[in-house]
Amino acid sequence: MTSLDGMTAPAAQAGAVTPARRSSRRAGAGASAARRRARWAGWLFALPALVMYAVFELYPVLTAVQYSFYDWDGIGVATPAGLQNYVRVFTEPQLVASIWHSFALILFFSLLPVTLGLVVASITREIRSQFAGGVARTLMFLPQIIPGAASAIAWTWMYSPDGAVNQLLSAVGLGALRTAWLGDFTWALPAVGIIGTWLATGLCTLLLLAGIGKIDASIYEAAQIDGANRIQQFFAITLPGLRSEIGVCITITVIAALASFDVVFMSTQGGPGYATTVPGVQVYQLAFTENRVGQSSALAVVLSLLVLAVILPLQRLFRER
Amino acid sequence: MATSLTRLRDTAPKTVLLSAAALFSVFPLLSMLSAALAPQGSAPAGISIPLDPQWHNFVDAWNVANITTLLESSAILVVGVVPVAVLISAMAAYAIAQLRIPFGSVFFLLLVFGLTLPFEIVVVPLYYQMQSLGLLNTRLGLILPLIGLNMPFAVYWMRTHFQSVPADITEASMIDGAGSWTAFRHIQLPLAIPALASLGVLMFLSTWNQFLLAIVLIDDPDKRTMAGALQGFVGAHSTDVVLLNAGALMIMAPTILVFVVFQRFFVRAMLAGAVKG
Repeated sequence: MTSLDGMTAPAAQAGAVTPARRSSRRAGAGASAARRRARWAGWLFALPALVMYAVFELYPVLTAVQYSFYDWDGIGVATPAGLQNYVRVFTEPQLVASIWHSFALILFFSLLPVTLGLVVASITREIRSQFAGGVARTLMFLPQIIPGAASAIAWTWMYSPDGAVNQLLSAVGLGALRTAWLGDFTWALPAVGIIGTWLATGLCTLLLLAGIGKIDASIYEAAQIDGANRIQQFFAITLPGLRSEIGVCITITVIAALASFDVVFMSTQGGPGYATTVPGVQVYQLAFTENRVGQSSALAVVLSLLVLAVILPLQRLFRER
Repeated sequence: MATSLTRLRDTAPKTVLLSAAALFSVFPLLSMLSAALAPQGSAPAGISIPLDPQWHNFVDAWNVANITTLLESSAILVVGVVPVAVLISAMAAYAIAQLRIPFGSVFFLLLVFGLTLPFEIVVVPLYYQMQSLGLLNTRLGLILPLIGLNMPFAVYWMRTHFQSVPADITEASMIDGAGSWTAFRHIQLPLAIPALASLGVLMFLSTWNQFLLAIVLIDDPDKRTMAGALQGFVGAHSTDVVLLNAGALMIMAPTILVFVVFQRFFVRAMLAGAVKG
């Protein structure tokens, strides 16, 4: 009932204080003061979370911003660097490359899984067998359950010269294409990307399947009676009906692509050369192997801003109307 | 007869497609398994049916990768992070959504801002922060940041729950002069158990699988999470394909096992978690 109220109570209510309510408030002034005190006392509940969040997330974020304006090797005295670290993020080849790679990974971490998920989900939408569906669901979830670092090890083995990818190529008569995929300057980045595709496809498929389940089946029946074929049904019913689920899939996977670390670090460490380096790996290496803490922080700040700049428009685009 | 044939023609391609998607998801793991069962010192092929499976490879990997120690270590981290984070995030969400604390929405906006922040921006400052606190290379030095970094999602999740609690339950819980704590502890918290449990499952996974913070804040692989320990293990055994795959599978096994046992629960929590996050 104070002006602070506008924060939590609907603004309209706080603004429109009728004379009647005003007088009743005067009458119950003591009670309302007590209530106000009680509401401040509620902060005792919120305090532990606020303290932990402030000390271990907000404070480090501000520290990173501060570091980014200095040259610091992590031990000696830091010297002011102005905007130099930020300039280098956009001029130093390996840093620029890392940013481009993270955008290239969106294709594999996000677009491919969502597309595959849409295809699989829309075709299998009316699968009847509970059992087959259940088993398939369990298996498709596995990549989400195991640590990203472990997936990287599985795929490092898949891509190795003796690995299953080369074995399959030989089996279908494409043995000439055999190569050490993760060591190849051309193929390493797409190969790392496919790991991301593998990680996200199952989750996207299941999310989209759950979304399709919510679409009224009678709409499909009506469309069928009207003579719409499967493709028309997909574009007229399924796709619009999945708007928010697609938005969720894209948001999660785009963040995973831009901020990727585990998979790249464990499969290639950013190599060969800088062929697969991403901002996450660069942040780690700049700070802990090259002792360029300021530079590392500037890149981390740019990465965070990039994530925001990509996610906010996506959120707006996919918000349900 | 005819109808069952058409039905078969209708469902067969779908089943094949779904099977293919499922196979794609497990194929790399099967490839690992086939290599892990090959005789040690041999050069296994990418994927093959092991004619003479060497199950004792897993015993060896268990000892070499120090799985017993790692299980303990990860369990300590999970026990240190999950209950505390679940409790304090539930308290904060209750304060924001039901007690309507002053500036609660400002606090909430601050948390939402944290939802999009990648760990990359905090990891380097956290390293120096922990160094100055003398907590580098200790489990506490990993537990505390993980609790803090979990707050945005956790409070967001619990707030959704507390907003959905009917107003008359909230009012009833406040009657009889019971303090907010009593109302929270004895009425709100028991009602929130499904939401709390899902949150716990998601946090268990993210803690157990945490990699970046684990390798930065803890030098000793034996004190890390299971995922973090992989880095040390790969560094030491990268040339021994058989042992490497066996060890990596052992390191993944606990989450897979827990998942298979509680899978309905997991799937529901993760699908809901994705939608809310």
